[in-house]
Amino acid sequence: MTLTTTAKNVKEVDQVVVRFAGDSGDGMQLTGSRFTAVTSLVPNDTATLPDYPAEIRAPAGTLAGVSSFQLHFSDHDILTPGDKPDVLVAMNPAALKAHLSMVKSGGIILVNSDSFDERSLGKAGYSSNPLDDGTVKPYRVYEIPMTKLTLEACKSAGVKPRDAERSKNFFALGLLSWMYTRPVQPTIDWIEERFATNEMVKEANLRSYKAGYNFGETAEIFEARYEVAPSRFESGTYTNVPGNTALAWGLVVASRLAKMPLFLGSYPITPASDILHELAKLKNFGVRTFQAEDEIAGAGSALGAAYGGCLGVTTTSGPGIDLKAETIGLAAHLELPMVIVDIQRVGPSTGIPTKTEQADLLAVVYGRHGESPVPVVAAMSPGHAFDAAIEACRIAIEYRTPVYLLSDGYVANSSEPWRLPDLDALPAIDPHFLDTPNHVDDQGNTSYWPYVRDPDTFARQWAIPGTPGLEHRMGGLEHADGSGNVAYDTLNHEKMTQLRQAKLDAISKSIPLLAVDDPDGLGGAEVLTVSWGSTYPAVLAGVRRTRKRGLKVAMVHLVHLNPFPSNLGEILGRYRKIIVPEINMGQLWTLIRARYLVDAESISKVQGIPFKAAEIESAILDALDKGRAARS
Amino acid sequence: MSDGVATAVSRPDTPISTRKDWVSDQEVRWCPGCGDFTILAAMQTLLAELGARRESTVFVSGIGCSSRFPYYMNTYGIHSIHGRAPAFATGLAVTRPDLDVWVITGDGDALSIGGNHLIHALRRNVNINIILFNNQIYGLTKGQFSPTSEVGKVTKSTPYGSLDIPFNPVSLALGAEATFVARTHDMDRKHMMEVLRQAYDHRGASFVEIYQNCNVYNDGAFNDITSKDRRADYLIPLVHGEPIRYGKDGEFGVSRGEDGMLHLVKVADVGEDALLIHDMSLDNPSQAFELSRLARGPHEPTPIGVFRSVDCPEYGYEVTRQLAEVESQKGIGDLAALLRSSGTWVVE
Repeated sequence: MTLTTTAKNVKEVDQVVVRFAGDSGDGMQLTGSRFTAVTSLVPNDTATLPDYPAEIRAPAGTLAGVSSFQLHFSDHDILTPGDKPDVLVAMNPAALKAHLSMVKSGGIILVNSDSFDERSLGKAGYSSNPLDDGTVKPYRVYEIPMTKLTLEACKSAGVKPRDAERSKNFFALGLLSWMYTRPVQPTIDWIEERFATNEMVKEANLRSYKAGYNFGETAEIFEARYEVAPSRFESGTYTNVPGNTALAWGLVVASRLAKMPLFLGSYPITPASDILHELAKLKNFGVRTFQAEDEIAGAGSALGAAYGGCLGVTTTSGPGIDLKAETIGLAAHLELPMVIVDIQRVGPSTGIPTKTEQADLLAVVYGRHGESPVPVVAAMSPGHAFDAAIEACRIAIEYRTPVYLLSDGYVANSSEPWRLPDLDALPAIDPHFLDTPNHVDDQGNTSYWPYVRDPDTFARQWAIPGTPGLEHRMGGLEHADGSGNVAYDTLNHEKMTQLRQAKLDAISKSIPLLAVDDPDGLGGAEVLTVSWGSTYPAVLAGVRRTRKRGLKVAMVHLVHLNPFPSNLGEILGRYRKIIVPEINMGQLWTLIRARYLVDAESISKVQGIPFKAAEIESAILDALDKGRAARS
Repeated sequence: MSDGVATAVSRPDTPISTRKDWVSDQEVRWCPGCGDFTILAAMQTLLAELGARRESTVFVSGIGCSSRFPYYMNTYGIHSIHGRAPAFATGLAVTRPDLDVWVITGDGDALSIGGNHLIHALRRNVNINIILFNNQIYGLTKGQFSPTSEVGKVTKSTPYGSLDIPFNPVSLALGAEATFVARTHDMDRKHMMEVLRQAYDHRGASFVEIYQNCNVYNDGAFNDITSKDRRADYLIPLVHGEPIRYGKDGEFGVSRGEDGMLHLVKVADVGEDALLIHDMSLDNPSQAFELSRLARGPHEPTPIGVFRSVDCPEYGYEVTRQLAEVESQKGIGDLAALLRSSGTWVVE
């Protein structure tokens, strides 16, 4: 069956922000990601923000149980999931209550009117029906009996009412697809494939989807449909990728580039588990995934695999890095490669597992006992998680060091159109395993000394078990430079401490110089924003807005947090006003003030959600006002 | 690389025949008279006898006196983190099935701080040999009670006596699904080497508890079992396929009573035919567990030998097999196809 449309009034718009909200059992994440997938095919540029409760099934109908998915799509390059939705789809009263205040004034609200009964209203904390009492007056509200229409559509197919009702999210998806002239066939194909093994569910979902689409077409309640013209993309092949998937792929690619089999030791934790799930599928890529008994064993097994010459990786989130700290210290001390992926979430303690934060930066840079320098790389967007993963592996392998790869709940779960890289163009990673002795003693006997270093990179020569004649012992006790024998000599300890730091510093030579985005040339702008990780899109969007106002604003974004790119100090020194927006209490801010003695200002937000472009815009405006006031 | 296993460069065989080849150049720093010396010598002698290869042998340890062991072996070795050696060894053994991986641990390292890793390595049946030096005391931290110390033990941290109920390491290992479980002691090198040899030959995780004397903080803890004058009455040798009996003239034994339980008996009272025949290959670990419960500590007649040795799928082998199986179904992973797996669109 094909869905036909009449040439009804179609309005062209340049961008739209849609938010699907419902109970956590209503399938809002699925609806949102499906809508994103077809929107990418237009192609429109997209940015998404999934948001769901930590509980698998929070009490139905309550505010705590509301799950939502926001999608921003446009005919031009966009960066953030959007500040305020133009359209809210509310499947129940709780969803309306939780999200109403965020909708743009005059925005569209589609509600499932069947769910606005007394009991559901009560659960959501409404004493009267918001659809009748003037609450929704500032909006264009469409009350649609989605449950009833879904049941009706499924009736003749013999689907049980209880099963049919669960398909109402597809009704909503169909309706939105009609409203925004999205391609239809890809979703029909997808439903047929996804639910191929369950004929009833497939039929219910197909019928509901089509019913939703046709409702838009035939019900004479919508004055117009909308169209968002294709966005102009750089030429290439694109896919829509969530951050955790891109990160997992990056690890697999790095493993190929280094010709080292990938071993993942991991303990399930939100929001990192999807990396384990993704990699567990890839056995034909030689990937071994090991679901360990705890976080410590996840790290320990990864280090054991690394010792044997594999690419050892462990994935986790905040609470896990506390537990892995001792193993990471051992890896730094032994000088063995290892990648620790921290998908940051709200802390401290269990915090809010499904909400995003950037508050582990100081913990990963400093959170181990003793002088234990560890490189840190951070992903700035879902697609960039792929590049960041390869970069973390490169540093780990070539410098024989544990490397922290930071991402966060926002990067992990949101997605963006991602131009596929040219895999053949990626440079190889060379582990440079040693297979001949590197030491000769007074008697002319040859042996292997594990701590003989490259004079430039300070990376040690690395031999793995199985190599005849290079047998050696290493351990967590301080060891002599060169031989690696246990050494309690205090001056040797100072030397080793300095060497370990020197190696970290040497890494900065392999990092590209930091490029400043300053239309007026280096030092030309009145204010410089410094960002890292997932604040990138919001900061860039905020900077663009202020530039549109004619203001001189520069931006620099850090992927390497330890060591910093070697020209960071010079760049910071060129600006009188510097602001550092972070989803924490000022951690990068603390680092750059301590390191470079600059009077930067911290812009802090810790609400478990990303910055909005408008917040960055107003922070820049405030900084400019203060700067001008100080000078006048 | 298609089999997903890193391998080092292969070299022509280097013949190894004597203990000396397995001795590292490091000075052994245990206290004079420590039981660890005997275990070290037994291991070095055994590996020479077995014709094992130095470059394919890795000793992994945690923290504690016994965990210094790898420094003294002329093989690959890692002195890792307190309690974590089984986790480290699991990652190594699963990715490098070509290696012989030994874990050297103590009663504090394996049973206190590292208890979780021990039980999980055992139940997964990872191909590692776990050798637990049990001296029933914390030596390196200078004399606190350990999870195998007896109730009432007076130590620096328990001046009025320990209140902790101890673990029985053999019972624990059996409860954790271990497929090879044995006990030996540091005063009988021949027995120790035989048990270690069987552990080496076992496919999967093997667990060997060695009663080891700490002559500084817990001297004589195992005297009943190890001393020549009392050994006969306290050491119950477990020999596969043989009736379980002990005593200077074999006058005592183990027999299943009418209550269904195992009992220490006088052979004269029950008759030789009533003695329990030891069978370490029983699939059901219940009888091995019962044997492990005969003594509440090494001051009562205690079974010594291999309690259990059964064939079960080995974890690392299974992991590799699954990789090969998926590869044969799907073909060697194609990166370009992977990146396109959730649908693409082309922009000209």
